[in-house]
Amino acid sequence: MTTLLETRNLTAFYGDFQALFGVDITVGQGETVALIGSNGAGKSTFLRTLTGLLPAKGQDIRFEGQNIAGWAADRIHKAGIAMVPEGRRLFASLTVEENLLIGASGKRAGPWSLEKVYEIFPDLIAKKNNPGTALSGGQQQMVAIGRALMSNPTLLLCDEISLGLAPKVIKDIYEAVPLIREGGTSILVVEQDVGQAMAVADRVYCFMEGRVTLSGKPADLTKHQIAAAYFGAKNEGEAA
Amino acid sequence: MVWINAVLQGVLLGGLYALFAAGLSLMFGVMRFINMAHGDFIITAAYLLLALVTGFAIHPALAVPLVIVALAAAGYLNQRILLNRVLGKDILPPVLVTFGLSIIIQNALLEVFSADSQKLQAGWLDTASFKLSEDLAIGALPLLMFLAAVAVIAGLQFVFYKTPLGRMLRATSDDPEIVPLMGGSNAHIFAIATALASVVVAIAGIFLAMKTNFDPAAGPARLLFAFEVVIIGGLGSLWGTLIGGIILGVAQTVGAQIDTGSQVLAGHLVFLALLVVRPRGLFPKT
Repeated sequence: MTTLLETRNLTAFYGDFQALFGVDITVGQGETVALIGSNGAGKSTFLRTLTGLLPAKGQDIRFEGQNIAGWAADRIHKAGIAMVPEGRRLFASLTVEENLLIGASGKRAGPWSLEKVYEIFPDLIAKKNNPGTALSGGQQQMVAIGRALMSNPTLLLCDEISLGLAPKVIKDIYEAVPLIREGGTSILVVEQDVGQAMAVADRVYCFMEGRVTLSGKPADLTKHQIAAAYFGAKNEGEAA
Repeated sequence: MVWINAVLQGVLLGGLYALFAAGLSLMFGVMRFINMAHGDFIITAAYLLLALVTGFAIHPALAVPLVIVALAAAGYLNQRILLNRVLGKDILPPVLVTFGLSIIIQNALLEVFSADSQKLQAGWLDTASFKLSEDLAIGALPLLMFLAAVAVIAGLQFVFYKTPLGRMLRATSDDPEIVPLMGGSNAHIFAIATALASVVVAIAGIFLAMKTNFDPAAGPARLLFAFEVVIIGGLGSLWGTLIGGIILGVAQTVGAQIDTGSQVLAGHLVFLALLVVRPRGLFPKT
């Protein structure tokens, strides 16, 4: 499999506070990769660094062969990395359809269009002229995912898309993942729900305290290994 | 009949005040930026037109678009090079920096054009008028001014709600942090917003130059009118800005009808009264 994204020894800081310590992650073409780990483990920080929201100048982030570290966020977006941000962050004064259209501002060519997004999320059709923030949480998440897809990304980053949603709604949303993969888009999801991550991903990385503590294919990992990587060795055997 | 006339003239004057205010409102709406030099930019546009027409003998039909383009370009560069640096969570740095700009502009205008008050002769526009009845007439210039204001507000409304640029401007107003994840550059979008506002500033300055006497220190009074109009109309509402302008204009002309000296005072009093009754303006953004 060709490598789409590769980070080497990635670090990140919030002021003086170091949030990532040498993270190495790869995502292959067409692959779905999940990042798991507890709150504050560094997963979201990792995504924010990839998108250019956090400074990464001088580091090594290879995307389609180019080092994109230090690029402005809008340039990274145009290069083909789109993000579904944590908390959805829809634009309140824009309608559902306008929220979707704004995702296409970079004018990249590809399979995604308004029609295609409405095809995978038909619930949105009836609501397309409503303000984006007037929808239910699950529908808002669909808009946020659709908005990211509208840019025809090569790599889709999803930050905690199941957070705060009912299990039924989470299931509906994750049903879209295979449809997104069909278009050839690689997916990197950050997920606190380990079961969900295991079900959807080709490979997982577990984060703890800013480091990758475990990685591999879901089938190859035992519950013990995951619990140890997720909570630290001292809690081994208590959870998962 | 004098009262009807006063109201009518006030409505038309309101068009000019709406033009003063629309640019200020736009910059605040998109990036929470309070431009204390707004009035001085209007006066600068007036002087630029005066210099082109009287100093360089350029025909007004050419000078007017030149002023608009020059102001738009200057607005873009000013935002990109200077003002973006002070934009942030705190609204105080932009206020201080543009207050400084205001002083610099006033002194520069004083150096170049002296303290004498000036007016641009608008030829037939100055005197032409339309008779509505025996003792009621409206001047061609005030009417043109009002129509320009309606056109500018309608144009901005169209840009904001019907175009991809407007979508991006509204998105930036909502959540600038996320806009780069949609492929928009904040620095560029902010500068575009200022360029748009500067087009309106230029149009306001062009009419001001033809309508009244102005001098290098005339900016702050225009800024005050602009603030009053924006607050009466409600922040972020374009049509509210036009209504706000009309209310201030009518208050002033009716006030002048009551007592010649109290034109400006009457405007301030109506503004204060509305501030007490509707602190968020007549058409607050929901």
